[in-house]
Amino acid sequence: MNEVNDRSRDIGPFIPGPDDDMIICRCEEITRGEIRRAVHDGMFTITEIRRYLRCGMGLCQGQTCAKLVKSIVAGESGAAPGTLEPATSRAPMRPVEMQILADEM
Amino acid sequence: MNRTADVIIVGGGIIGNATAYYLAKKGRKVIVLEGSDNIGNGGSSRNGGGVRQSGRDPRELPMVMWGIQNLWPHLNEELDADVEYTQKGNLRLGKTPAHLKILQGLTDRATACGLDVKMIDAQEVKQINPYLSDEVIGASWCPTDGHANPMKTTLAYYRKARQLGACFITGEKVVGLQKNGGKLRRVITEQNTYEAEKVLVAAGYESRFITKTVGIDIPMIKQKMQCLVTEAEPKMFDQMLGTAEADFYGHQSHHGSFVFGGSSGQEGYELSKDGLISNSINVPCICRGILKYFPDLSKAKIVRSWTGWIDPCVDGIPVMSRVEEVPGLYLAAGFTGHGFGIGPAAGYHLAQLICDETPVTDMQAYRYDRFKAKI
Repeated sequence: MNEVNDRSRDIGPFIPGPDDDMIICRCEEITRGEIRRAVHDGMFTITEIRRYLRCGMGLCQGQTCAKLVKSIVAGESGAAPGTLEPATSRAPMRPVEMQILADEM
Repeated sequence: MNRTADVIIVGGGIIGNATAYYLAKKGRKVIVLEGSDNIGNGGSSRNGGGVRQSGRDPRELPMVMWGIQNLWPHLNEELDADVEYTQKGNLRLGKTPAHLKILQGLTDRATACGLDVKMIDAQEVKQINPYLSDEVIGASWCPTDGHANPMKTTLAYYRKARQLGACFITGEKVVGLQKNGGKLRRVITEQNTYEAEKVLVAAGYESRFITKTVGIDIPMIKQKMQCLVTEAEPKMFDQMLGTAEADFYGHQSHHGSFVFGGSSGQEGYELSKDGLISNSINVPCICRGILKYFPDLSKAKIVRSWTGWIDPCVDGIPVMSRVEEVPGLYLAAGFTGHGFGIGPAAGYHLAQLICDETPVTDMQAYRYDRFKAKI
């Protein structure tokens, strides 16, 4: 069953940090500050953060940054990291040329 | 947590979020209940991003044209976000005389409603989009159509409505509605009860199970569609694309990736109808459809594919209506796979309907009680 999650709960103000310029998602060049800001915009789940910012949607599909993003979102929203569901893994496993995938019947 | 409001909206997709925003802007206290863990988890963030008028049922045109003239052009400023709206036209492509006949029919019906859409020949198509296959012999062209980013648009409405005080609760699955003294009053979830004088059910196909508890049902089905996205490529074209046979549709996003959607014709006949699992039949089929029209994309790499549900209504257009038998109940469902482009206008109209104002375009065509047997 899904967890009841009140999006109006107080998570405190956004406080700029000295490492906000650090790039977390290398494929899409998304910074720590952008991820923290998105949580304050109401994006409380990894799926929402991903759809809002594109982090984890590049060539590596989040295989590099997923854990980092999770810890930032957990820290900012006050959720226990274990309760944050990872984003859905999607086919194909590696980037595949359209002409090759088109051969699949 | 406060569980009473002026209006409760069931469903946190583009329709629910946009309606919540326009209601909050009018000063109404709104609670949005979303059954899944994520805002915009259904078709709202799984579609191909088309903001189209051409190719639509004429009954939908007044509302969608109003939205494209009045809401989409300044949605970025309204929502203080970049929704990537691009109004550079829609090409619906044809390769055979039979295709052109389909396109001519769509075009004639749309021009009768005052839409600027026309048939163009192969040479004109090439001028608009030089990357197309030489096999394309004609197209319909609607210059005021376009595309936007569905994930960002849906979440931008959520963000702005939330800033205006609308309460959103995810993981709160609605199981039924209850009347009190002949009027709708309570919304029952798996764990809680919420109260409001007005309730909008905008939960896609699942709306059926919710409104059934007060005796209302809309004839619609649930159908799987798939999309894919490529890695970022150098910019090629700005238009939204489709084909006469609807074998694929899509556009190049601002990010550079190509987003294409489509179907294999096998939908609805899978062994398991549950679960949003991509299969190995559909995505390759979409690829073949794309390559028939865009041979240049043969080496573009696909990085991701996903599945979503559409909720085809029996007569092909949505229900957006007040429900007379259940005072206080409003319904918006059955968008039939074209709910994104019309979403902002739908939200605007529904907020007017709920506030007892006269909607900016007539909503009679969307009534819940219009369905009749064939004989």
